[in-house]
Amino acid sequence: MPAAIRTHALTVNRGGSEVLHGVDVEVAAGSVTGLLGPSGCGKTTLMRCLVGVQANAAGAVEILGMPAGAHELRPRVGYVTQAPAVYADLSVRENLDYFGRILRAADGRVAHVIEQVGLAGRAGQVVATMSGGERSRVSLATALLGDPELLVLDEPTVGLDPVLRSELWALFHELAGRGVTLLISSHVMEEAAECDRLLLMRSGVLLADTTPGELLRDTGQTELGAAFLTLIRRSEAEA
Amino acid sequence: MSGRSTGATAARVLRQIRRDRRTIALLIIVPCALLTLMRYVLSGRSATFQEIGAPLCGLFPFIIMFLVTSITMLRERTSGTLERLMTMPLAKLDLLAGYGIAFGVLAVIQSTIVCALGFGALGLKSPHGVPLIVALAALNALLGMALGLFVSAFAETEFQAVQFMPAVVLPQLLLCGLFVPRDAMASLLYDVSWLLPFTYAYEALRKATSPAPLPSSLAVDVAVVVAATLAALALGALTLRRRTE
Repeated sequence: MPAAIRTHALTVNRGGSEVLHGVDVEVAAGSVTGLLGPSGCGKTTLMRCLVGVQANAAGAVEILGMPAGAHELRPRVGYVTQAPAVYADLSVRENLDYFGRILRAADGRVAHVIEQVGLAGRAGQVVATMSGGERSRVSLATALLGDPELLVLDEPTVGLDPVLRSELWALFHELAGRGVTLLISSHVMEEAAECDRLLLMRSGVLLADTTPGELLRDTGQTELGAAFLTLIRRSEAEA
Repeated sequence: MSGRSTGATAARVLRQIRRDRRTIALLIIVPCALLTLMRYVLSGRSATFQEIGAPLCGLFPFIIMFLVTSITMLRERTSGTLERLMTMPLAKLDLLAGYGIAFGVLAVIQSTIVCALGFGALGLKSPHGVPLIVALAALNALLGMALGLFVSAFAETEFQAVQFMPAVVLPQLLLCGLFVPRDAMASLLYDVSWLLPFTYAYEALRKATSPAPLPSSLAVDVAVVVAATLAALALGALTLRRRTE
């Protein structure tokens, strides 16, 4: 499988200080990759580089074989920001109809993605009257509209109840099964178990590119949170 | 650029405003109330009311669309929807043109109602017909929209965006000649007034509401307003960046 995402020596400056320090990442197509690390470690900045909206980025970022942010990539990459980026004063369907027309989504896509994120029956509701979790699902539905080959999701499961969360992970795996590449960030280590591969970040540096099983084996731990902690201690001891 | 995305954007902006019933009521009622107030403040001085009130019917949309656009665009930036649109196959021109169509439609509705009141019940005279005034009002609305769009890039909060209204609009309103004839101003102010687009918007309306035959310089005024709108839109487009900090 060719890599869907490839970065080399990716460095980002924000407000005069360096927040990503030469990150090299490779993500295989058709996989679910978790991007994990504490809040403020650079997950969002890395994701913004991948979708080509981050300014002051140096180094190489190649997405689906093209430089990140290339015009041709726009319909092929879906991005969901942490804060739901939808119009709060419109209904679910009105939001999706609008973005669908911009993306030239096929007829029936709107109803399909509303169903996929579990909001069937709420399509007429104005987003402002919905809960945080519901709003973020509207935002996710928007990213699914164009049937993208790569989905970059920034903390899509934050604040969701466990049933809904497991339904979304099932959806992510179903999409990966159809060849979609997913990069999903989270600061909750329990979610790491759901991923095929893990990218662990801390303070703007990639600590490990591994799998949940490998991480446990390498660190001799039985639980992913403790394994991540071991990894951090080890990297600090080396530094 | 595609007609489909432009049309979709215009429809979306109008739908958002339609949801907000109170804003619509304010858009219509405030200029009507102000014009009525002016009529009674200037009671017994109908010549002055004609001189100020008649052009004002076509200037309200400039002021209001400036404010509405700068807030709407700021929301688009802070809610992340602008960033989302910038990752989609949408040309910046589609977005700007969509906004232009939506606010142009609003301006026509608003100025039609204000003109109906002013040139109807309040007794203002329109020797060259109301449609000309409504058309100029729509152009002025687009100028206000374009300037609002541009300055919204310099506001981080809605509080700041609101302050741009008096900062950008009031000096132009004072210098355009509406309240004091420009040739009665200090020479420095007179010179500055030539550089402000609002001056030409007022000049066009003054000519369109005065009993003298329409002079050919009206076309020049209109051309300056259109050129200033396009220039502000171009500057506004520069502030729509696909990559941000």
